[in-house]
Amino acid sequence: MRGWFLPVAVLLGFIFLYAPIISLVVFSFNDSRLVTVWGGFSTRWYGALMNDRQIIGAAWVSLKVAFFSATLATIIGTLGAFVLTRFSRFTGRLLLTGMITAPLVMPEVITGLSLLLLFISMELSLGWPAGRGMTTVIIAHTTFCAAFVAVIAQSRLRSMDESLEEAARDLGAGPVRVFFDVTLPVITPALVSGWLLAFTLSLDDLVIASFVTGPGASTLPMVIFSKVRLGVSPDVNALATIIIGFVFVAVLAAGWLMRKQMSKGL
Amino acid sequence: MPDPAIAADTKPWRKPDAVPFISVQGLIKRFDDFTAVSDVDLDIYKGELFCLLGESGCGKSTLLRMLAGFETPTEGRILIDGEDMARVPPDRRPTNMMFQSYALFPHMSVEKNVAYGLLREGLPKREAYARAGEMLKMVKLEKLARRKPDQLSGGQRQRVALARALVKRPKLLLLDEPLGALDKKLREETQFELIRIQESLGVTFIVVTHDQDEAMTLATRIGVMKDGIIKQIGEPAEIYERPNSRFVSDFIGTVNLFEGKVDAVAPDLMRIETAELGPVLLPPQPGLTRGQQVWGAVRPERFALSRRKPDSAHNVWRGVIEDLGYIGHMTQYRIRLENGRLIRASQSNRLRDEDPISWDEPVWISVQPAAFRVLTE
Repeated sequence: MRGWFLPVAVLLGFIFLYAPIISLVVFSFNDSRLVTVWGGFSTRWYGALMNDRQIIGAAWVSLKVAFFSATLATIIGTLGAFVLTRFSRFTGRLLLTGMITAPLVMPEVITGLSLLLLFISMELSLGWPAGRGMTTVIIAHTTFCAAFVAVIAQSRLRSMDESLEEAARDLGAGPVRVFFDVTLPVITPALVSGWLLAFTLSLDDLVIASFVTGPGASTLPMVIFSKVRLGVSPDVNALATIIIGFVFVAVLAAGWLMRKQMSKGL
Repeated sequence: MPDPAIAADTKPWRKPDAVPFISVQGLIKRFDDFTAVSDVDLDIYKGELFCLLGESGCGKSTLLRMLAGFETPTEGRILIDGEDMARVPPDRRPTNMMFQSYALFPHMSVEKNVAYGLLREGLPKREAYARAGEMLKMVKLEKLARRKPDQLSGGQRQRVALARALVKRPKLLLLDEPLGALDKKLREETQFELIRIQESLGVTFIVVTHDQDEAMTLATRIGVMKDGIIKQIGEPAEIYERPNSRFVSDFIGTVNLFEGKVDAVAPDLMRIETAELGPVLLPPQPGLTRGQQVWGAVRPERFALSRRKPDSAHNVWRGVIEDLGYIGHMTQYRIRLENGRLIRASQSNRLRDEDPISWDEPVWISVQPAAFRVLTE
């Protein structure tokens, strides 16, 4: 019983999870125009992709958005987590504790819609942001990515030996100095994995971006989605394969960093 | 007896007019409705190695953290070299601390860890690293200067932590369970190493520990803490031989307590009437009245065991060896007296090939009146 059950169950689980992705990767090398009919191996769709200005442009927008929103989210999320773990009493602490994770559970449609309304009313009353475009997408992605980073940073700060910070204080460093000399270097691996997670989340997002973007700032998922609505074309498979590659590497790197830190037992 | 003048020089607390180096006055720390430290007064003199001894939760660590500046006292003053430090943040105090977890910075090399405090002081890099190197030589780690903390053994980490805490030449070094994470053999070696370093630098040490052997070995004086209060302050021998309460006598070493009422007081002897053992003779204590409840405390090694009845007519009882533990240099006995009372006694094994008293043997046990300490609390 034990001999075969476990391997078979694991295999079925893997098939369930990854068969769709594998078939997509396989069909991205399909020579045929028809997506579901195998016509021999070819990389022609990858070539076609490289010449598709719309897709290359959207990919560039997505990467820029992901880079900036992940970076902003890491800064904001880390500060939030630091305040929550190291300052025991301040006004609004309870509210912040509860609200910092709210974007994680909020339906994307609601986040997107509410941000859109906010941007419009800000434009009317403050004159900024002027119209919608890359800036509004970056702001929108930063809000929900910051929540993810905050959760990761918070758990790292909690598990960190607080006497490290006390030791630095004791040796003559002021509070700001302690943060940059000790706290930040110690939690950096967690922040890197938080940044990678934020980056992939931003890269993946379709719903929120659709609400808050404007002309000329379509992200990659938006372009793919609009292409697929007109029928699945093989070059989308090729594109999806490349994205899977990116995400796979990022997730692997994040996991490796986390594990490395765990094994150090810091 | 040593010359009293010399004794007072190395033991300033015996001099009535000596000025304390650290003076804790009326110190109280409350956390919400819990009082961790309640009204502690403590004077510590320059060059002392003072041990705060107590079980976990007795407030000793909170007291240490207030001296370091990590906790702000609810009330009271902390004078270090005459200056009130109670509300000064830790980075502006002339104290340094060695943490129980050592708290070495994991991303810095040994050398950088030790030099960190000097660099924060504003010392030029080259000088800071030179002094860090000297300190590492002192703790015999100069060869490992470029290693990271996770490449060191527990004993080596402990020494790095000590070097880092001492390199700034603090007026006062606070050590939180400095030997707690080491195994027994290493701990004993390190105790003497710690004393050597402390004496050669002349820095005042305050050590927090729950290990009474450690406190007895290290300390010039010990403060025994319980429930946020210092129950007794004294030299190790004083704490052991003249405890001021049943708690202290029981906490430091092993003790047999005899409860009774004062029956008769002579100039050089006192008799108490106990329910368990009848009359017991104790040394006299001024200020006691007839009928007052007292306890006679006696250490296990003060009993004499014999197979024949001793000559003395008092403080002699008969019992049976219920259990014994042979330690090597001595043997510990648990003796059941005829009335059921259990006595803990020990005898040092001075001779080889003695015919030792063994299990279930009937024995006589006796004790000199002067071996007792009379306790009223």
